[in-house]
Amino acid sequence: MALDKIGIAKRIAKEVQDGYYVNLGIGIPTLVANYVRDDIEVEFQSENGVLGMGPFPFDGEEDADIINAGKQTITTLPGASFFDSAMSFSMIRGKHVDLTILGAMEVSENGDIANWKIPGKMVKGMGGAMDLVASAENIIVAMMHTNKAGESKILKRCSLPLTGVGCVKKIVTNLAVLEVTDKGFKLLERAPGISVEDIKKATEGTLIIEGDIPEMSI
Amino acid sequence: MINKKVANVHEALQGVSDNMTFMLGGFGLCGIPENSINELVKLNLKGLTCISNNAGVDDFGLGLLLHKKQIKKMVSSYVGENDEFERQMLSGELDVELIPQGTLAERCRAAQAGFPAIYTPAGYGTEVAEGKETREFDGKMYVLEHAFKADFAFVKAWKGDAAGNLIFKGTARNFNPVMCGAAKITVAEVEELVPVGTLDPNQIHIPGIFVQRIFQGETYEKRIEQRTVRQRST
Repeated sequence: MALDKIGIAKRIAKEVQDGYYVNLGIGIPTLVANYVRDDIEVEFQSENGVLGMGPFPFDGEEDADIINAGKQTITTLPGASFFDSAMSFSMIRGKHVDLTILGAMEVSENGDIANWKIPGKMVKGMGGAMDLVASAENIIVAMMHTNKAGESKILKRCSLPLTGVGCVKKIVTNLAVLEVTDKGFKLLERAPGISVEDIKKATEGTLIIEGDIPEMSI
Repeated sequence: MINKKVANVHEALQGVSDNMTFMLGGFGLCGIPENSINELVKLNLKGLTCISNNAGVDDFGLGLLLHKKQIKKMVSSYVGENDEFERQMLSGELDVELIPQGTLAERCRAAQAGFPAIYTPAGYGTEVAEGKETREFDGKMYVLEHAFKADFAFVKAWKGDAAGNLIFKGTARNFNPVMCGAAKITVAEVEELVPVGTLDPNQIHIPGIFVQRIFQGETYEKRIEQRTVRQRST
């Protein structure tokens, strides 16, 4: 069965390692924090200016002055810090953040990503995504493999305006884990119960299949 | 001590006029200069260019100025929470320059710090870089982005004193510090204006030299955009 959003978040959480500073984008990436192993030390950065984000506050303890980049009320953990937007992006562009997890509307086999604009339709803006993808060396994209009409979002070339070029290294979808290589998308893992054939059908970009493709463990 | 204190928001906004360019601090509705925005609504200025990470929501923050069609152009990174904004942009009534959030911060900081422009990797290869100078450093491509030029910066801090020193709270800091001193005149509004000498100089986030006018805001609604909570386990 294809993974749901929580399944994608759980699989990505396994990529988070001890000692990592991690920036989570809005949507599925935000869920990843809930599934990181609790025997490792990780600090979550939010680009609006906080390092060391904790869980949502208890009802009645919300503070309008303490939010994440999704404008949600949050708490901080011991050791947390606040800073201004320039310093926040110094952490990001300066490669001090170890792992960036973000959503996408489309990715292409050369590592391009599109996630900020559908011309004439949806114009919300890129927020911090362009800064994140332009600098981060370790980017994981969390996304659905196809759109609601069943069309592939894993493409030869993105059709939407780009957020960044040649930057995506790894993609976790509801169907598969893919790695972006010089030759195309290398299939690393299948979602439970999903066949290689299912993934082939849902992938427009070049798919590289070498040997037996293991099923993800979540 | 050089006194920056003004009596109220009315005095603080002396000199604002139609067609000016303003910087406004805040991220979403967090840390926005509520009192200055409300005064701009009252003054009914038109043709404004506003540099602000977001554009408020329909009935709060910069959304109030949008609603009255006071804004000609917005320079922002993310405007997803405002239907009226999206409507005005898609219909062409509102000119919008969407730029990466880190670039927005750094174009403010460049203006503050006396740099005419900076190189950033953000946006290279995308439509954001179209028509802009690019350059390679150590095998990677960068885009030249210019410092903003603004008439007024409106910022909001937690505490301040008559010398213009500012301390921010939590994530309400965001763009506020980088806008201080980045415009011809910086107007700081604070929740609490404390007597000079009571703020510990070690704890000041923004020294008063970057601020021309300071006042204590009359009221703060501090609206929460996404109230997310967890339940106590029983």
